[in-house]
This record gives sequence, structure tokens and C-alpha cells, in this order.
Amino acid sequence: MLKPFIAVLLMALVTYLPRVLPLVLFRKEIKSTFIMSFLKYVPYAVLGALTFPDIFDSTGDYMTAIIGTIVALFLAFREKSLVIVAVGAIIAVYVSGLVI
Amino acid sequence: MINQKQFTYGFRKGLPIAFGYIPVSFTFGLMATGGGLPLWLAIFTSLSNLTSAGQFAGTELILAGAGLLEITLTTFIINIRYMLMSFSLSQKIESKITVKQRLLFGFGITDETFTIASLEQGKLTYAFMLGLITGPIAGWTLGTAMGALISESLPLSISNAMGIALYAMFIAIIVPPSKKSRPILIIVLLSVLITIGLKYIPVFSFISGGFRIIIATVLSACVGAAIFPVKEESKDNEEEVKTC
Repeated sequence: MLKPFIAVLLMALVTYLPRVLPLVLFRKEIKSTFIMSFLKYVPYAVLGALTFPDIFDSTGDYMTAIIGTIVALFLAFREKSLVIVAVGAIIAVYVSGLVI
Repeated sequence: MINQKQFTYGFRKGLPIAFGYIPVSFTFGLMATGGGLPLWLAIFTSLSNLTSAGQFAGTELILAGAGLLEITLTTFIINIRYMLMSFSLSQKIESKITVKQRLLFGFGITDETFTIASLEQGKLTYAFMLGLITGPIAGWTLGTAMGALISESLPLSISNAMGIALYAMFIAIIVPPSKKSRPILIIVLLSVLITIGLKYIPVFSFISGGFRIIIATVLSACVGAAIFPVKEESKDNEEEVKTC
């Protein structure tokens, strides 16, 4: 288990550094509207790219994944909390897996 | 020492994230021990990495017997997005927060804690940030422990269904703002389109998953910033800087 342990330590390091380096290095305020707008849009762009299309491969079956996605979109559109959306999608995938 | 009220306020803001993390980290625990990692290492991975996409991908590579360089590089590329978030937060936190404090709360920056922090009005305090990350760290670690412990007794149909949890959580974060803001909706759709294009157009097939995310993010956020600049509380004359 030594090699997996070292791998996990390296993973922790390359996860930690991107999180703290900019925080420590940039201490002045940036005035550019372009850069500030860019930064405001980054999280939405990242999460969009992380979710689609990978969500359709997440359950081992396209049909159940599509149904889970629709349920998640619907619950999120109704502004339900993180937990409700996540658990709702899991239940939708599970139930549709039983039926299909 | 630290402002108790700010800490509690941050902690409350972090609680929904903590609960949202449980099904996702539960899935991680299942996957890690199901694949052969010992319980302690699965838990240690969540505690030390505290990330979704990067740690899932890294652990899958470990289980597949990949080399250390490939594991580290892939994880790093998936995590480059944190630099953008950390940079953005560097503009939003109180400037008096010390380097040591930055090194501490920076550990807890995730897609979700970042989003919640960015949505706060005004400057963020150190106590708020510490409070915000506490629940999610606990939720992520506990969920992993539960998933890892239960792994063997859980039917495949359930663990398959839990695979969607991570993505459902992302959907819960991006849909409400996309509903209210046309620019955000367009940027999300553009980012998804670019990702799909890079994934399925054969010419781009040499681009790995981590790089796809980076290209899609930077391109669509740049286009968004150029077309829909956000003017907020800046009294100075705006200097447009086109860097992309």
C-alpha cells in the first residue's frame, strides 16, 4: 500500500497548491472589468463542463442516467437544496433501473 | 481570536454543502474500497484531497495501476480550475487576512464552497471562510467512511444509482443562477457545447478530459466577459483588458 499512499499524497499536493497559490500571491485588487467578469463566470463554466456530457456515463446505463438528469434539472429548476437534488436523482436512477 | 458570529454564519452557509457531499463521498468510499483500497486510505484520500472530480479520477488511476506521474498530472490538470477560484477569492476576501490564514482556509476551496462564498455580499472575513469549510470537510470525510464501510454489502443497482450524485449536485448549483441570469445561462451552454465538441469531434480526440474542462471554461468565461461585462461597485473608469 506504499505506492497508493504516495500517489494520494501527491494528489493532495497538486490539489492544495492551485487552491492557495493565487490567494497568497495576489494581494492587490484588480480593477479590470474584463478580468472581474471573467472570474465571476468561471464557476458556472467549470461546473457546466464537468457535468455534461459526463453525467450520461455516470450510472452505467444511458437511459437511467438521462432520467436521473431530467429529475435533477427539474428539482434544481424548482430551486431545491443540494441534498434534495442529489438524493432525488439517485432515487430516479434506482427506480428507473428496476423498471427498465 | 476569530469572530464567533462570522464563523457561525459561515458554518450555517456550509451545512447544505456538507449534506450534499454525503451521497457523493459515499459513492467515492464505495468505489475506492470496492476497487481494493484499504478503508483508512479511502478516508485519508477524502480528508487530504477534499475534491470531487480530481480525487475520483486519481483514485481510478491508482486502482488501474497507473504510474505516479500520470496520476499526479491528471489530478493537477483537473484541479487547475481551483486557481481561477482562488484568484477570484483573493479579490473578494478582506485584504488584512494574513498569509498563514490564507494557507489554512484555502485548503477548503471547492466548487461548492467557492460558489457560496462568491454569492455573499461584501468582503469575506477569515472567520466566515473557516466556518464555511468546516461542515463540508466533515461531510466529505464522513460520507467516504460510510461508503467504504458499507461497500461490500451494498447491491450494485444502488451503487450505480449513486454515481449520479456528484453531477446532480453540480446541477443544483448551476441551474438557479442560470434561470435568473441570461448571460450565465449562455455561458453554461457554451461551455457544455465546447466540451461536447472537444470530446466527440475526432480532430480533438488527443485532448484529455482534464484539458477539455480547462479549454471550455476559459473560452466560455472569456466570451462571457467580453459580451456581458459585469459592472459592479467600481467608481473608477473601467479599463478594458482583453487577454483572451
